[in-house]
Amino acid sequence: MKPPLFRYEAPRTLRDAVAVLASDPDAMVLAGGQSLVPAMNFRVAVPSVLVDIQHVEGLKGVAVEGNKIVIKAMTRHRELELDVEVRRLNPLVAETMQHVAHVPIRNRGTVVGSLCHADPSAEMPLLFVLLDGTITAAGSDGTREIAAADFFQSFLTTSRRQDEIVIEARLPVLPDGAGFAFDEVTRRHGDYALVGLGCVLSLDDTKHVQDVRLAACGISDRPVRLKPAEAALMGKLIDSNELAAAARASLDTVTQADDVNTSASYRRRVLSGLIQRLVPIAAARARPGYRQ
Amino acid sequence: MKRSAIRPAIPERSEDPRAEISMTVNGQPVKRTVSVRMLLSDFLRHELGLTGTHVGCEHGVCGCCTVHIDGKAGRSCLTLAVQANGCTIRTIEDVAAEDGALHPVQQAFKECHALQCGFCTPGMVMNVLSRFEEPEPLDLSDSGIRDLLSGNLCRCTGYINIIAAVRRAAELLGRG
Repeated sequence: MKPPLFRYEAPRTLRDAVAVLASDPDAMVLAGGQSLVPAMNFRVAVPSVLVDIQHVEGLKGVAVEGNKIVIKAMTRHRELELDVEVRRLNPLVAETMQHVAHVPIRNRGTVVGSLCHADPSAEMPLLFVLLDGTITAAGSDGTREIAAADFFQSFLTTSRRQDEIVIEARLPVLPDGAGFAFDEVTRRHGDYALVGLGCVLSLDDTKHVQDVRLAACGISDRPVRLKPAEAALMGKLIDSNELAAAARASLDTVTQADDVNTSASYRRRVLSGLIQRLVPIAAARARPGYRQ
Repeated sequence: MKRSAIRPAIPERSEDPRAEISMTVNGQPVKRTVSVRMLLSDFLRHELGLTGTHVGCEHGVCGCCTVHIDGKAGRSCLTLAVQANGCTIRTIEDVAAEDGALHPVQQAFKECHALQCGFCTPGMVMNVLSRFEEPEPLDLSDSGIRDLLSGNLCRCTGYINIIAAVRRAAELLGRG
């Protein structure tokens, strides 16, 4: 399988890169290529021009600014996963990334590329929706910040405009004392999730749920916050009855139809199982009343 | 779509847009002009004659084409040759010593019978080698090694001997 013909551009500046995108509606951005190149090899993606942004200045690295982790456009998955500071400030990132494909793919693939590809079963878009991350896009009309909840529009579709390049994405550090957990069910380790679930929660001094966030991938045309399940858990002391109630409350959020991978009813069962398994793990990691 | 007519002669060279690229492959500088859609795997095999890098699935699932790109394992079938412009590439041909003495990872695969047909072996070795060369601690439990190997498919061995080989390589490299 070989990619179809395209024109290749490797601009050095953001302005030149944006100009190429603006001039051609079928131009696409190439970062690590770990989603785009296979899509091209399958001839699912047929860009007229590839704008390789690896040589564009200022798009590399991970930084912590205040309580935000800033991930530049060319930052590879593995770079973020192994970042010592990120591991300390938001251990959920590395835990989630263990499920993103395999190490050789994480060595090449970029976090921002994964967000822009917007596969509804992918882990990184879920993490951004779970934590209210933001995406910064630069285009002909300047730079704008987009909330993750507004960025993911549908299957492989984002609110990035054709002439925009996502230059960085931001994730918050975890709040003091928050517990966290991520897991997924796949056919084979490293595949896209059938269903993946992320959870962040805080308990008060009497171990009642003070704050909880749940988000899932693989259940809809985009990653989804499970607000009914969150509402069911708020203020509760976590026990099997409350977990079962939260799991039941999540079932209507599964809108993905039966497909070649599995049935909608199986996805509901998996989601229910993940909620009942992961919320207690997050709760066990939460340190009530903990302040740094 | 129109039916294709028989052409008087197939052109020796495609009409694809081309780009000049240079990189260091196995310590040696190379410069070639290639089609911009040429995959790095095809560049290594067809332009440089380094056929030790195998091509299995060409969509990143099998891991047979794994090489080192700037010191880290990566899929050469998911990398365009033009993307590797300026990079340092290492392939399976560079792993054994010049006199043919096997690298400890290769030695371990041999000792443990970790290959049968050998098709997946170059990718396996390059992936395992890259992990041994990283400073990150390695989980050498069965499940840790399975996780390490999960991006490389083998259809002969059943993996048991490959897992043993990774553990043996760790011993030989003093990483156990």
